[in-house]
Amino acid sequence: MAAFRNSLGLRAGLLSLLIFVGIVAFWQIATTPTAGTGPALDPEYAKLLGAAAASGTKSAMPTPADIGTTIWKHLVDPFYIRGSNDKGIGIQLAYSLGRVLLGFALAALVAVPLGFLIGMSPLIYRALDPFIQILKPVSPLAWMPLALYTIKDSAISSIFVIFICSVWPMLINTAFGVASVRREWLNVARTLEVGPFRTAFRVILPAAAPTIMTGMRISIGIAWLVIVAAEMLVGGTGIGYFVWNEWNNLSIANIVTAILLIGLVGLALDQGLAWLARLVTYPE
Amino acid sequence: MERPLISVEGLARRFGDSAQPAVFEDIWFGVERGEFLCLIGHSGCGKTTILNVLAGLDRPSAGAVIVDNLEIDGPSLDRAVIFQGHALLPWLSVMGNIAFAVSSRWPKWDRTRVQDHARRFIELVGLKGAEGKKPSQLSGGMKQRVGIARALSIQPKMLLMDEPFSALDALTRGMLQDEVLRICADTNQTVFMITHDVDEAILLADKIVLMTNGPGAKIAEIVVNTMPRNERHRNDLHKHPQYYAIRNHLVEFLVNRSRAFDQEIAGGGYDPRRLKLVKPGLMSVKLAAVNPPAEVVTLTTGRRQ
Repeated sequence: MAAFRNSLGLRAGLLSLLIFVGIVAFWQIATTPTAGTGPALDPEYAKLLGAAAASGTKSAMPTPADIGTTIWKHLVDPFYIRGSNDKGIGIQLAYSLGRVLLGFALAALVAVPLGFLIGMSPLIYRALDPFIQILKPVSPLAWMPLALYTIKDSAISSIFVIFICSVWPMLINTAFGVASVRREWLNVARTLEVGPFRTAFRVILPAAAPTIMTGMRISIGIAWLVIVAAEMLVGGTGIGYFVWNEWNNLSIANIVTAILLIGLVGLALDQGLAWLARLVTYPE
Repeated sequence: MERPLISVEGLARRFGDSAQPAVFEDIWFGVERGEFLCLIGHSGCGKTTILNVLAGLDRPSAGAVIVDNLEIDGPSLDRAVIFQGHALLPWLSVMGNIAFAVSSRWPKWDRTRVQDHARRFIELVGLKGAEGKKPSQLSGGMKQRVGIARALSIQPKMLLMDEPFSALDALTRGMLQDEVLRICADTNQTVFMITHDVDEAILLADKIVLMTNGPGAKIAEIVVNTMPRNERHRNDLHKHPQYYAIRNHLVEFLVNRSRAFDQEIAGGGYDPRRLKLVKPGLMSVKLAAVNPPAEVVTLTTGRRQ
């Protein structure tokens, strides 16, 4: 008992479990079919909703048990393909992840070298600052029509949107990290007559790496937020398209499943980058 | 006339536009090969700026520094700097920090050769066994040892030290001073060191350059440490017959003369290029404080007359 009282983790875990049980219980009560006759429905709408809903005894909102069954169904067979509009949730997630990682990687390829340049040169910093300040607050989805028009390919357009939303945090953090490298470390390199490239890779890059990784972590979070919306717009494949498609199918259970999986993948991406950031962080 | 290894000629530095008063101006002095020279003065008189100019990290507003008969133009591996705040790269181990310096000095060396060389200097400063540690795992004294090992490992023509022991506790400071004394004697290293610690200057330096307060700081005179190197031991320094005469002279300068030096020279006789070389150690304690015997040394070489 004393051990329990002393362990914050244990108590927090128990509280989490209680909250979870509470939510599920509330959900169960709210969605339990009620006896009695509801208002008469348009027969065609009733047909659409299914017999139970039409009779008014069951809401279209699934019960926790329904969700559980649906999740299980997705988890045992995540990679099936039954036609272009009916692919397993694993495949849809893989499409989204592929786009996010590709857009993110392209953004890193541009943002890190450019951020280096901005951080090293006050001239370039001042020259590029107005562009960055104006373009940074623009919703990445606003770029979509422009991308569709110029690229003429919806898949590449969604990658471009990921690129454009990931580029800013990485660019700004890299520039900040490079500009705030301690003067004395640079002086060490200077007194050792280290050339500019060796200074960049052996002194500035490791010194700025923790800040750069923070920018990358922010970027991947934003990219994973944006991909769902982008795929809802361009359609075809991906978890965003899946959610929109299931909305059209009025399958709330599938949508809830997708929400949970999007959250879990987002968590995994964030933790992955946090782990990478720990590798390059140095205590002073 | 033969130039010393380092010759500081007419140095001045002002920050901002030329209307601002100079931090220091008309600074002339030289450091001979194998000599240990301390620059002593109050905070703000521009000591660190002079060291940075010598290191090539800062440019003077006027004057020049001649090393080995060449005017310096930026930093060089010939002039190693030991920074006040050790300035180790925190993401590299002890070995990594020193190997970085060694491979900068000899880029063609392979990895084993670099590491063997670095290991020799890690052992020299007594850090054997700590090669794999990161700076954050080391104490302040150990970090400064790494800084010293890094500076020595590139086998420079001279060492420039900016108050290297000021951040350390007294015990560690003493131990490191002894080690620096030993290493410099073994390698006959030329050293320029900044300090504001009188005892440190007497223990380590062969000559002590006295700098007045800024702005417009000058070099007042140069004190010759007439105590021979082999008679300077930290524990019984105060028993040496010359110690108090030298110490009183330095303290008298720091307390009174550094502030009022302009009045002292108002009557004339002061020439920044022909500084007095004073030897208070050869005088009685009472006389030495204010009026030591002096010979005049000409620092100029005729180049900038």
